[in-house]
Amino acid sequence: MNASNFVEGVDFSMYLILSISVFFLVGITVVMIYFLFRYSKKNNPVATNITHNTYLEVVWTIIPTILVLIMFWYGWTGYKPMLTAPDDAMEIDAIGQMWKWSFSYPDGKVSDSLVIPIDKPVKLNLISKDVLHSLFIPAFRVKQDVVPGKDYMMWFTGQKLGTYDILCAEYCGQLHSYMLSTVSVVEQENFDNWLVSSPDTSNDHPGLTLLKNNACLSCHTRDGSRLVGPSFKNLIGRTEIIVRDGNEEEIVVDNQYIINKIKVPSSVSVVGYPSGLMTPYGEILSDDDINNIIDYISTLK
Amino acid sequence: MTDSSVSQPNFFEVKKGLFSWIFSLDHKRIGLLYLYSVGSFFLVGAALGVLMRLELFNPGADLIEAKTYNQVFTLHGVIMIFLFIIPSIPAVFGNFFLPIMLGTDDVAFPRLNLLSWWLYVLGALFALSTLVFGDGPADTGWTFYAPYSVKTGTNVSMSVLAAFILGFSSILTGLNFIVTIHRLRAPGMGFNQMPLFAWALYATSWIQLLATPIIGITLLMIVAERMLGIGLFDPSIGGDPILYQHLFWIYSHPAVYIMALPAMGIVSEIIPTFAQRTIFGYKAIAYSSLAIAFVGYFVWGHHMFTSGMSGPAAYIFSILTFFVAIPTSIKVFNWLATMYKGSINVQVPLLYAVAFIFNFLIGGLTGLVVGALAADVHLHDTYFVVGHFHYVMFGGTGFAFFGALHYWYPKIWGKMYNKLIANIAFAILFIGFNTLYFPMLILGIKGMPRRYYDYLPEFHTLNQISTVGSWILIIGLLLMIFNLFKGYFSKQKAPANPWNGITLEWQTQSPPTLYNFDKAPELVEGGPYNYPNAMKG
Repeated sequence: MNASNFVEGVDFSMYLILSISVFFLVGITVVMIYFLFRYSKKNNPVATNITHNTYLEVVWTIIPTILVLIMFWYGWTGYKPMLTAPDDAMEIDAIGQMWKWSFSYPDGKVSDSLVIPIDKPVKLNLISKDVLHSLFIPAFRVKQDVVPGKDYMMWFTGQKLGTYDILCAEYCGQLHSYMLSTVSVVEQENFDNWLVSSPDTSNDHPGLTLLKNNACLSCHTRDGSRLVGPSFKNLIGRTEIIVRDGNEEEIVVDNQYIINKIKVPSSVSVVGYPSGLMTPYGEILSDDDINNIIDYISTLK
Repeated sequence: MTDSSVSQPNFFEVKKGLFSWIFSLDHKRIGLLYLYSVGSFFLVGAALGVLMRLELFNPGADLIEAKTYNQVFTLHGVIMIFLFIIPSIPAVFGNFFLPIMLGTDDVAFPRLNLLSWWLYVLGALFALSTLVFGDGPADTGWTFYAPYSVKTGTNVSMSVLAAFILGFSSILTGLNFIVTIHRLRAPGMGFNQMPLFAWALYATSWIQLLATPIIGITLLMIVAERMLGIGLFDPSIGGDPILYQHLFWIYSHPAVYIMALPAMGIVSEIIPTFAQRTIFGYKAIAYSSLAIAFVGYFVWGHHMFTSGMSGPAAYIFSILTFFVAIPTSIKVFNWLATMYKGSINVQVPLLYAVAFIFNFLIGGLTGLVVGALAADVHLHDTYFVVGHFHYVMFGGTGFAFFGALHYWYPKIWGKMYNKLIANIAFAILFIGFNTLYFPMLILGIKGMPRRYYDYLPEFHTLNQISTVGSWILIIGLLLMIFNLFKGYFSKQKAPANPWNGITLEWQTQSPPTLYNFDKAPELVEGGPYNYPNAMKG
């Protein structure tokens, strides 16, 4: 059994064309090398001017035309079913942001990795919070760009138990190659249990959980090292040079600065770091959430 | 063989000094200015390529940081596309040989021609300025996809302005060639008596003239969005990122044929010369260039099958893409038929032409795989596309460029390189090239995405093979360049017509005189490749 319902159509078109290609590549190369020897200056001292041969030219126009139409057709029939998800498909929101995938289930469960029941069509509603991403599951032979501002979807049915890689295929900046996740295909029963299980009750500070879930740590480290944005370590009370309205000024980072930066990141930028990359979180995080985050950051010393 | 008696001073000898070169109106000198510029940038681009391969030798961070790696592949792409491959064959060999092959003394607008080169230099300076100014070179990939290109802090504006200026250089070259071909052919030379290289340049020039303005305005829109905050492509300020992709590929897909068609023209010159017989299917080759250029305008959507395209649009773009394969395969069959019953003199330019056919076949056939909708969903944005693209561009156009260099070398400089070393360098280059790029096709089928700084452990072995291939390729490349330089400094003069060619450039002395011909060249009866010593077919 194939890993997904699309493997057969994709692989058939891919290997059909590859086989025809190998045939022509080998055939043409062999004939070319044969001609180089058979009609070398030594073996054939006098050349013959042959200007054309209508019969031959018609043949080698018609045969490729038929072949490419066949190739086109199997490409289309393998692709067409991807366009429409069945009505009974289970809908899950797949959210891409720099540089993290998260999956949000109808009943509110949110997970960093995708878990789906076997033999049940799944429809992913693709949401990007910032730039282009592309959700790619090589084992399933599916890929769809995740475009900010567009309501795109992809669907598939996992047909074989197991865990498979999810990769980001559309370049999305510094840590593009680390924007990875997995999809696990499990028995319906296990899926139901997983769905109702509360997330691993860890001892994490609620602020840290928020930082993790919102991909803040993709850009801001907790240990003082430099990534895309400034580190959270020793942030509160730190002196930074910032640009506000085109003017550079020296400030001491306080709670109000952090609240403002989370809500309207484009209003200020720290000198030495790129501006404009951060997504506004004013509508995603509540004031309580932000207070939790500040509380957690103040512990990083 | 040599006409020792009273040869005119050649175009190198008429004037000396730096200014006589950088302000020259002679199409041959401008061609060589382009050769030295694009050649230098090719080496820079190749060095960046080797740096990427070294980083990818092992998974994880080794030599450079992720951000630097992203800047390196962007700069590699920008340099190779805009500073090497687009100008390469037209601006170097087109400039040098098109007027000579048409039997005339220069292009239609020599001053415009010089301006083209100066715009090229200005564009190159803009591209290089990103190394010094702002937050370093762009890290967007050469496609500058929005909205990342709008948001990133790196110096995208300078990079796209460079491409904008280089576009003008390309437009002016195209315009110049179109007028030259229409107005300056030798008396008696109709369109169907032109060499096929001229036909290929003619088709190319129309694409340069008609498609390049679209990328120009698109890139300016990126600059406007970055600097003035006008919401064109970034949805957070009201733009549409898919619109950018359409505008970008409306130029950049036809641009692929700007890169490929002149190479096909080179191969159509080399094969009859070394087979010593007429080309098979002259009109089919000539008109298929026009057909490729025409159909090539309507297939840009095949870069966007996973960008959220509607079913009917995907259907149409896919089927049109397959139609490009038909004129392309006709050309390949014609080249093959031209070797049939030839009297083939296997020399290094012919080896490059044969390698072109082999590499280009792999490039073209893998193009069919990604032209098919279902297969493209899996392979899009993977290393399969990187491999496919390099087989067409480097294995195809790059090898044709090297073939042209070896073919016309004795004509340009009046000297000959060491043929044995040239053959050895060719063999190393060919092996290195295939070792470098073939594993990428397999990596793509296995699902490794492109533009990845780091990769999963299952991709390790193939990446290592590919990196070893890059070392072999560089050795071949350096040996080839060394050999060409060595030939330049040798005392031995090359005869005016070492390959027994019959197109018009072989009638003039080597190197040619300032105005190319001392007396009006004689057109060959019965078409440009009607070899007088061959039997009638």
